[in-house]
Amino acid sequence: MDALVFFFNKVVIAGLVTGSIYALGAVGVTLVFAILRFAHFAHGDLMALGGGIALALTLAFPHAGALFGLPSAFVLMPFAMALTVIVALLADRWFYAPLRASGIRPVVLVMASLGVALMLQGLIRLIAGADAHSLYVAERKDIFRLALPFELARRKIVITEPQILIMLFTIAAVVFLHWFLTRTKTGKAMRAMSDNPDLARLSGIPVSHVVRITWIIAGALAAAAGTLLSLDVTWKPDMSFNLLLPIFAAAIVGGVGQPYGAIAGGFLVGFAEVLSIFNWSILLRPLKPYLESLIEIPGRLAFVPTEYKLTVPFVILVVVLIWRPTGIFRGKVL
Amino acid sequence: MTTPRQTPPGKGTDGAVSLGLKQRALIILVLTAALYGLILTLFGPAYALRMTVEALCYALIALGLNVQWGYAGLFNAGVMGFVALGAYLSLFVSFPVNEAFWQGDFPLRLGRVLLMGAGVIALTWLIARGNRLFGLPRRLSTALAVIVGAVGYLVVMATLDPVARDIERQAGFIGGLGLPVWLGWIAAGAAAGGLAWFVGRICLGLRSDYLAIATLGIAEIVKAVLKNADWLTRGTLTVSPLPWPVPTPDTIGFIAARAAYLVLMAVLIVVVWWLLEKAWRAPWGRMMRAIRDNEIAAAAMGKDVNARRLQIFILGSGLMGVGGAALIGFTRIFDPAGFLPLNHTFLVWVMVILGGPGNNLGAIIGALIVYAVWVMSEPAALALFHLLGEAGQTLFGLTLPADLDARALQARVFAIGLVITLVLRYAPRGLLPEPRMLTRDT
Repeated sequence: MDALVFFFNKVVIAGLVTGSIYALGAVGVTLVFAILRFAHFAHGDLMALGGGIALALTLAFPHAGALFGLPSAFVLMPFAMALTVIVALLADRWFYAPLRASGIRPVVLVMASLGVALMLQGLIRLIAGADAHSLYVAERKDIFRLALPFELARRKIVITEPQILIMLFTIAAVVFLHWFLTRTKTGKAMRAMSDNPDLARLSGIPVSHVVRITWIIAGALAAAAGTLLSLDVTWKPDMSFNLLLPIFAAAIVGGVGQPYGAIAGGFLVGFAEVLSIFNWSILLRPLKPYLESLIEIPGRLAFVPTEYKLTVPFVILVVVLIWRPTGIFRGKVL
Repeated sequence: MTTPRQTPPGKGTDGAVSLGLKQRALIILVLTAALYGLILTLFGPAYALRMTVEALCYALIALGLNVQWGYAGLFNAGVMGFVALGAYLSLFVSFPVNEAFWQGDFPLRLGRVLLMGAGVIALTWLIARGNRLFGLPRRLSTALAVIVGAVGYLVVMATLDPVARDIERQAGFIGGLGLPVWLGWIAAGAAAGGLAWFVGRICLGLRSDYLAIATLGIAEIVKAVLKNADWLTRGTLTVSPLPWPVPTPDTIGFIAARAAYLVLMAVLIVVVWWLLEKAWRAPWGRMMRAIRDNEIAAAAMGKDVNARRLQIFILGSGLMGVGGAALIGFTRIFDPAGFLPLNHTFLVWVMVILGGPGNNLGAIIGALIVYAVWVMSEPAALALFHLLGEAGQTLFGLTLPADLDARALQARVFAIGLVITLVLRYAPRGLLPEPRMLTRDT
């Protein structure tokens, strides 16, 4: 029983949290991929930027959260989202839009986004240095320990405040996204753009407006994901590099251009990562008396050592590209 | 004359453009030489030689990227991975033999693990093909293959673990094969090409974006393996001194040895450049440009687009591997932590797009200029930030962060990003534009 509680803490909760972060990032990537037709390499850095802005705001107003009983960084997150959106829109106006207008091959845009990623990274580290920072400046992280009503389970379920916030925010974001894409005119226009850009343009859909909305959603979700991730662990100026591959893997697994697919892909990649680095011998330990005669249980039995965590999204990506390049939800193969 | 023939640049019907290109190349060459002359007079021959050799190593890598991007339009965002793999392979082949490893029972045990791994792969492959070979239902054979693969993988990893630990404890690492350096360089190219084959097979049928994502991932994974597999690479302990391909400083003196390395690199670059130019003018190069510029038309003409792309992707990555081997061969130290995406991927990208994608001379000159500027920009950034910092301190009473130096260097990351975006927008053809190939029968 204890082993199962441990599994719940280490896999179910961690997987949901990681998956939520990846899902929020992947939605932005998949929308940009589907509507602007390029892989946006600066997305990880938008996330780092969002977290960094939230950190700066929290340092400026460390007691903002006391009014609501929530972490200050979470209360200030909307401002971080708005500022990140402005950065995303400016990046589009200065760097991507002129390239689009000159009619180059789409892959040049990918390279431009790499340039933007480097610029953001350089700026962030120039201003913030290289150290990790906690987003809890004046408060303490609430940790809830839930005892189970069973005799056998002495271990408690452990969940922290930011983890609950991450899950709630992800649910809210998914509901909003669903409403937006299916019920509003702009949302429908976005889906039309993603399905057939030429037809959409001919039917009078205002392309620049749709592009703007795309960046607003992508930037806001990226900033939120960056802030929430930093609340859960710490804010690191170089977090973008470890986020980029899982996010792309999630977007492609879910099918490019499918926001729901990106969410599903995010959780898939998140759980795959957590399950791969989980030490399975802990689950086998209670069975030790029965298994001892058969096999010896090694002390550490994980699919992938933690240092190689990044191979998990890569393997998922490779498998999907080989067997089903359209992703689970039958997205596009551009 | 009815057969279309290419005219060498400078003599075609489009004489004005080509002549302009030639003059331009000459001017830029002279300026580059002047830059290096300045470095020579300011910092002395030892430093200038080091910089030139390193720049030429980067030029080889840039040529590899230029083949991929300029000839075929393939976006490789993981140059570092191929460079690092090539560097390791050259170490493995040419580093002196580690007696402690070969005298124990390690080779036998390691061989057993490798054999087991091969067995698992073969078995999984057989079962995955089960529906064709033994008439199993397709889903069943896939499911079985996944299970066998996962269990086999766990077993192999579990057997490798103690072997790796013993090697690390008793022998340090597996050492090298003690073969000549040039064999190591060939192995470096071959290994990087093999990795390219693996990535290319998966991604080249899809749009270039997928290749970019996959190469970005593979570069990080190669680095993670080289950094953490201590039994293979000594990890963060680093390996040195690596053998030199030319007479060492001990025998012929410091400057002469560096000069010898410089000659070697220069010869190598000239040979590679000449071969690439030949290929560019040959029907093969014309076909590659056709595929790059209009994939559908090229496919309609019966060209096997994916096979050609795979070919060129392997060729370019092989060059990167050799470049990586040359780079660590010169510094004489293999440090997996020293492979940075910033230096080994993005800087090379700047070299190629600034020098002129599709122009091999442009890639070489781009490498020479960008590398010199990059190295010089470090003290420049530090000086600038100290100046600004002091001004801020005296004028506004700012307190300077303790890690000002580390932060100042981040300004260069910003500069690289800015250069990439600006070049793409304002000078997409680079310093030396791609030579225009015209046929005479028009």
